[in-house]
This record gives sequence, structure tokens and C-alpha cells, in this order.
Amino acid sequence: MAAEAAPASGTTPGERHAIGIAFGNSNSSIAYTTVEDKADVIANEDGDRQIPSILSYVDGEEYNGQQAKQQLIRNSKNTVAYFRDFLGQDFKSLDPTHCHASAHPQEHNGTIAFTIQDKEEGEPSVVTISEVTTRHLKRLVQSASDFTGKQVNSAVLTVPTNFSEKQKAALTKAANDAGLEVLQLISEPIASLLAYDARAEAKVADKIVVVADLGGTRSDVAVIASRGGMYTILATAHDYEFAGAQLDKVLQDHFAKEFIKWNTTDPRENARSLAKLKLEAEATKKALSIGTNANFSVESLAEGIDFASTINRLRYETIARKIFDGFNRLIEGVVKKAGLDVLEIDEVILSGGTSHTPKIASNMSAIFPSTTTILAPSTTPTAINPSELQARGAALQASLIQEYEKEDIEQSTHPAVTTVKHLTNAIGVMTITGDIDKGLFTPIIAAETAVPARRTIHIATPKEGGDVLIKIVEGGSHIKVSKPEPKPKTNGDKKGDDDSDDSDVSDSDDEPEDVREKVWKVGTVLAEAAIKGVKKGGKIEVMINVAGDLAVTVTCREVGGKGGVRGNVSAP
Amino acid sequence: MATHTQVNLPLPVLPDNWSGEKDFKPIGKLSAATQRSIEPVGPHFLAHARRARHKRTFSEDDRIQAQENVKKVEDDDSGEISEPEDPMMLSRDAKDWKSQDHYAVLGLSKYRYKATEEQIKRAHRKKVLRHHPDKKAAAGSTEDDSFFKCIQKATEILLDPVKRRQFDSVDEHADVEPPTKKQLKDGKYYKLWSNVFKSEGRFSRIQPVPKFGDENSNKEDVDTFYNFFYNFDSWRSFEYQDEDVPDDNENRDQKRHMERKNNNARKKKKTEDSARLRKLVDDAMAGDERIKRFRQEANASKNKKRLEKEAAEKKALDDAKAAKEAEAKASKEAEEKAKSEREQGKKAKEAAKAAVKKNRRVLKGSVKDANYFVSGDAPASVIDAVLNDVELVQGKIDADETAALAGKLNGLKIADEIKGVWSAEVKRLVSAGKVKDGDVKSLA
Repeated sequence: MAAEAAPASGTTPGERHAIGIAFGNSNSSIAYTTVEDKADVIANEDGDRQIPSILSYVDGEEYNGQQAKQQLIRNSKNTVAYFRDFLGQDFKSLDPTHCHASAHPQEHNGTIAFTIQDKEEGEPSVVTISEVTTRHLKRLVQSASDFTGKQVNSAVLTVPTNFSEKQKAALTKAANDAGLEVLQLISEPIASLLAYDARAEAKVADKIVVVADLGGTRSDVAVIASRGGMYTILATAHDYEFAGAQLDKVLQDHFAKEFIKWNTTDPRENARSLAKLKLEAEATKKALSIGTNANFSVESLAEGIDFASTINRLRYETIARKIFDGFNRLIEGVVKKAGLDVLEIDEVILSGGTSHTPKIASNMSAIFPSTTTILAPSTTPTAINPSELQARGAALQASLIQEYEKEDIEQSTHPAVTTVKHLTNAIGVMTITGDIDKGLFTPIIAAETAVPARRTIHIATPKEGGDVLIKIVEGGSHIKVSKPEPKPKTNGDKKGDDDSDDSDVSDSDDEPEDVREKVWKVGTVLAEAAIKGVKKGGKIEVMINVAGDLAVTVTCREVGGKGGVRGNVSAP
Repeated sequence: MATHTQVNLPLPVLPDNWSGEKDFKPIGKLSAATQRSIEPVGPHFLAHARRARHKRTFSEDDRIQAQENVKKVEDDDSGEISEPEDPMMLSRDAKDWKSQDHYAVLGLSKYRYKATEEQIKRAHRKKVLRHHPDKKAAAGSTEDDSFFKCIQKATEILLDPVKRRQFDSVDEHADVEPPTKKQLKDGKYYKLWSNVFKSEGRFSRIQPVPKFGDENSNKEDVDTFYNFFYNFDSWRSFEYQDEDVPDDNENRDQKRHMERKNNNARKKKKTEDSARLRKLVDDAMAGDERIKRFRQEANASKNKKRLEKEAAEKKALDDAKAAKEAEAKASKEAEEKAKSEREQGKKAKEAAKAAVKKNRRVLKGSVKDANYFVSGDAPASVIDAVLNDVELVQGKIDADETAALAGKLNGLKIADEIKGVWSAEVKRLVSAGKVKDGDVKSLA
């Protein structure tokens, strides 16, 4: 077994001290797991849990995080910001828009570099993107080591789902240079989902989750099938037009116009004024996520004139409507891309700093049916801070795998293990309802479940007991659109597997819209089984086990009874 | 999964005409699946990877995991701390904590400085469970919580790394007394001293501490050991034995005085401790057979060198002497040889001389025998002439020719024959140019 073999590289599991790092384009955060196996985000020495991914050099001294961000105003040429996405990229293919107000990226020996004055004296030096990343990660590791009191030597890092192998390799190299063993690189949406699923109150369920990671400079959305705690990405979308920076821009323009009203100059024409405007706009945006009113005040915004103003949330939501609509389209688009309907989405996780904005969450509630849980601070009180999700997920994963040998981790994440067959259709049993003689499909294993899979359900029997038929069938779901009728609904089960009970209330709104519902279409019959002599009020336990080669084993028995029926359906 | 999804809709009733082998009837097959990648994240994926890599089924994996979990519980229990409690200790006064053996209070006297933080925590918990005053009150005894306070104090000290070090510094129970001479007689020298240094080694700032070793240790290890202990870097300190400094602000001088006194006492104790350790090492070294052996070996090797040198010198001397003798002998032999050769040459010369004389006599005799080539009595002048000629010829020919001539003449009695020999000789001499024709008239 690999566990016995000596590790070829990296620290041995016993000496590891691992953290989770969410290294974002705008902000980074670091998290560790407490003794109770809870993930906690670490604040750096400035007390920030969201550490801006910015490095700045003043007189040869390195500044990182919020301190470096302040330098964007006075020392923008020696400040490197928004560099994460440049890692492992060609100079041709990068978008330097966000770096306009900081050190500009340039091509250097086939890689990307910044020219910055990082020493007290002498010529400005050319620092490669890899070196910048290493320096930034070193600062993060230092903060984590200071906090935990132990030298951090390994980490799980999060990366966007569209990070290429080359970019991953570049990040791994930069991390290794910073003295970090990269245990694993995990996808950002998966990390967010893991952070939610690792909560003590979370139950293992089969659900479809949309993870919307709305960041500072980019938005990434993924549709994930979560099947018994295993995650499969069904579709992803990436957007660089609708993100936090655009919201800042809206506020910037708003206040700039206001400033022009009283003064003659446009603060956006002066680089320093623009930087001040931008920083304060970001702060105002954050304040608006918390309160309904926010101040905007900048000392000496332009030409030595101080500026102060206020804005309320409604105003903000009106002027930023275009951006919010963009987010909506993005999320709706990705659901469609996954070949699903909003009705089939069980959970929406809003992650990333921009997700604090209440309007985005309320928009989500409008798009998705009321059965869908929107996990955002403004809609769900128990929601985890969206900015911390990824770091927490990474820390949880780090604590899960840090006991393993490097080789073990590599083997487990090998495509041979991760690439498996997924069911195209749900597997379930036919049940009857009181008023319809025709059977109704009850799913046991949902579609897009990775095989091998095993699920067990308990099904009621007719009141009087006796002999029952268990008919195992495949089922496909489709969306039935019907004109609203005076009768609000046909039956209570059209919402699918989970929490079908409370769906009645919202669907009965008297709106002249089409009623859309999810219905099951019965497909191929796989097998039939009979359980005889069930007691009155007894229940039947049905366990379906799908093997890796799609062979199905069905085990049925009466709950609490002896014996039972077991049969196989051979692989196709 | 402990709880299963509950479905309240009932199952259909079995139709009357339904039949199937063992109540099961496979009908269809699953439709084709899509290949997708699952994200390698989360506890459930780990379980999946475990199953996939070891090719286990769900139920097998459940069983194996259950077994492993059982094992873990057992492992935890195996490290339990249990030690009988001394009744004297139980009645201790918590105020007198300085003289308290904290390890014994927690039941860790077996481990002492080796006890891990985890062990201390677990021991503390165990003791608290037993001695908590609430429990005692419930059992009906008096509310005597003095031992509980002892436990708390012990834990406080042992869980604080600084305080624990201070206590460990003066923890005499962990000391191992140096062996007495009597003990050493049993021949357990290395084992006894090894224990002493193992306990002394706990004070070293440099870890790991070299081992004392046994009688088979090599010189390098032993040297390393003694060097280490002669340059011992100890963290041992004696704050724990400080006298209490009065904590009031009223008498600052008194306080300072006490502090100074304590400081001096610490320094003194530290010096004493260093001296003690040095003496310990000295003692160990003095009785260390290995050191003696190494010295002997070193001496032996040194002597060996010297002897070798001497032998070499001696050999060189002998060689030189022998060479000289041989030389002398050779020269002597050569001398003798030359001498004998010379003597022989002399003899040969003499013999040759004698032969020449004899031959000459033969020559002269021959002419006499031939009656000087005249008949009758030869006149004196003839005799003189012939004899002069003979002498002339003799003077012209060397010893060999003389011998050859003598050989020819010897035995000849007849004058003509003799004359023939002579004239032949003269002719040969004339032809050789040695004698001028006409010089030798009488013999021609």
C-alpha cells in the first residue's frame, strides 16, 4: 500500500501544519481548523480577515494587505495589485485593466513581471509574477504562523474552476517557493460548498447547488450536483464584466458627479483623486451591505477640496441595477447551461465579497422558487460570511488530508479515481397516491449521482398491510408548464425530492403567469420485487446499490422484519 | 446512514397474477451513464477514493472502517495512567506546594520529565474526576478540598512550560544517584553510569544527548560523550527554590534585598550544579575501563612505532656492517688471489728460467755432442766460435723456441743431424730477420 511507502517529497504527515488559503484576485484569506474541527478564518496583524492581495514597497519596506491598498493612492507605481489571474498566463492573454491604477504588468523573458522599486536604493527591479505571488503567500503564511504559534508548512489553496494546468503549476511553484507544501488545489465553488456541508447541523443530502462566487474583479458561477457529499460540477460560467469593481464604479461615478455639481473639477481625471474615490466607493459599498445609509467622505478629494456625502441603499440599488441584472443573467445562464431548470436547484450559495450586497440575494430569491435555499447573509441568518467560505472550505480540506502521505493524496486525486460514471436518470420506485391510480415516481437515487452509489429509503405500505409490489424504475424529470387554473395545484409532490411540504404557499400566488412545475416521467422498468405479508402500518426498506459498472443490486425488506428480497440487475 | 429518507406515499398492492423467482424479477437495464469528474474534496470523497483504490464495496468498507475505529478507542485506553495514591500525599496541604511532588500528585511519577502534555492533561482529568470536592461532599465526607487544590496546583505548574522547567530543574526524584564503589563491584559499570547520565542529560539544551554506551563503544563515541558532558549546556535553573519575595510595596528595600539574595543563591546553586556534574563526569571517567583501554591501545600503537623505528635502524646498521664485511672479504680474497697468482707466476718464471737453462744446456750439450762439428779434438777457437754462435742464437730466440730447439736436439747424437737442426734454426732466424746472414758461420 502507498501508505507504507516513504514519501518522495514534501513534509511527512506528522510534521505538517496545514492551513487553508483562499488566494483571490482582490483579497486573500487564510483559515485554520480549531481543535473541534471547525474552520476559522485568521485575522492578520492588522486585524483583517480579508487581506487585499496587494503588495507595496515604500523605501524598500514591504507592505501587504490593507496597508498596501492605501498605497494605491500615493505610491501606485510601486504597488502590485490584482495579480492572481496573471499567474501562468501568457502576456498576450491577460487583461491588465484592473492594474491600470497600480504597477503595470509587462512581458519579461516569456513571463509576466512588474517593475517596482522594492529596494531602498538603486534601480527599480523587475519582479516576476511568480515572485510576487511567493512574497504575498509568504506574508499570509507568516500571519497564520503568528496566529497559530506554529510554523505553517503546508496548505490547501483554492483556484477558480477555469484555472488551467499551467496556472495551477505556476501557483504550486510559487507556493513551494514560499515554503509551503501544496497539499491540494481545490476549486473555489467546491470549497464554499464544503464549508457549508461541514457544519454540524448540515445533513448529507442529494441536492443541486448553484455556487455564485461574486468577487472584486470577476464572477464565477458553478452548478454542482452534491450527491451524498460527493460533488460533481455540472456547468460553470465566468464573467469579468459584472463584479464588485463595477459596483464600485457606479458609486464612483455617482459621487464624482455630485462633486462636479459643487466644484468644477472632475476627480476622475486625476489619478490620485480617482484612487481616493475608488477606495472610498468600496468602503461605502461595504457599508451599504450592512446599513441602509452610508457616508462617503474623502479629505482633499481634488484640488484640496474635502468632499462628504451620503447615499441610501435604495438609491444605490437603483443606480447599480444594470450590474445586478448582469449577475442575474449570469446565474440564470449557467443553470440553463447545465441543462437544468431553476426549479431543480435546491440551494444557492452566494460567496465572495460582493455577495454581502442584500439586493443580489433578494434577486436570487426572485429568480429561484421559494423551495430553493438562498445562502446569503441577508436572506439566511445562519449563513456563513460569504468572504470566508472559500478559506474555510480549504482549511477543512487541509485538516482532512493532512494526515495522508503526499503520494496517497496524489493517487486519490488521480483522474482514474475521480472520473466515474454518473447516472443520467434517477432511479426510484413507483408509489401510489390516494386519488391517482397511476403510479407516481419516487426517486431513490437522483440523476447525476456518481457510481458506485448506495441509497436506502423507507416507504410506507397500504394501511392494511399485506403483499406489496416494489417496482424499480428509471425516471426523468421535466418541467411542465401549465396555464394557471382556479385550482392552485394538482398534488403536493411536484417539487421533487426534498422539502415538498411547504411549497404550496408560494405557488398559490394569483399571478397571471404560467405555473411551472417539475414532474417525473417514468422511464425504463428495471426490476420488480414483491414483499409478502407486510404487517399493518409496516414500512419497507429499499436499498439500491449501483456498482461501478452500472449493475444494480436491489435489497428490499420490511423494516424490523426478517428475510427480505435481494436481486441483481446486470450491467448494460 | 443512520436515518433514511422516509416516504409516506404507500407502495402499490401486489397484483394477484404477479410471480417472480424468489420474489424478484429483473426486467430492464440502466440507461447509459455519462462520464464526469467528481471533485476530490470533502470527507465523502475520501471515502469514495478509499473504496475505489482498495476496490472495496460499500459494506466491506463500512466493516473495515468500523474495525479501525474500534482499534483507535483501544489505543487511547492503553495509555492510561494508574498509580496507587500515597495516603500521606492525600492529606497534603495545598499551601505547601513548593515541596510537593507534582508528578506524584497526578500519578505520573513513572514518567516525570518525560510525561507529555497530553498525558498530563489526561492524568489531571482523571484525578479531578476522582477528587473533585463536589464528589466528596456527595459521598458524605467533609468538604476537604486540599488535595484537589494540590492537583490544580500541580497541573498549573506542569502545563506551563516555564514553570514546569523550573520544577523539573529541582525534581530530585528524577535524579539517579551516582553508583557507589560497592555497586560497581558487580560489574554493571556501564549500565549504572548510563542511567545517571541519562537523567543528567534531561537538563541539556542540546538534544539528543550522546549515550554513555557500553564496554564495546568505540573511541569516537566515548570521546563525543565526554566532550559533550564536559561542555554541558544546561537549562537547569533554581528559581523554584527561591525564598518568597514579600509582595507588598511597603518595604521596597526588603524586597530588593530578598531578590538579590535569591539571585545570588541561584547563581551559587548553578555553579555548584556545574561543579557537581563535572565531578560526576570525572568520577565516571576515572573508573572507565574503556578510557584505560584506549590509552593502552594508544600507548601500544605509539610503542609499536618506536620499536619499529628501532628495529629499522638496527637492521640498517646490520646491513651496513654486513656489506662492509662482505666488501672486506672480497678485497682480501682478491688480494690473496693476486698474491697466489704472483707467486705462481714467479714459480713459472723460475721454472721457465730453469727450463731455459736446461735447454741452453741441451743446446750447448748438443754442439758438444756433435764435437763442435769437427772430427777429433776440436780446437779451442772452434769451440769458442761454435759456443759464441750458440749463445748468439740463444740470445736471439725466446724460451719457447729454445725449448722447441732443445726438443729437436735432445736425443740427437749424430753430428750431422745436430748440425742440420742448428742450420735449420739459423736459416729460420735469418729469414725472420733476427740474425744477419753470416753472423752465425759455425752453425750454418
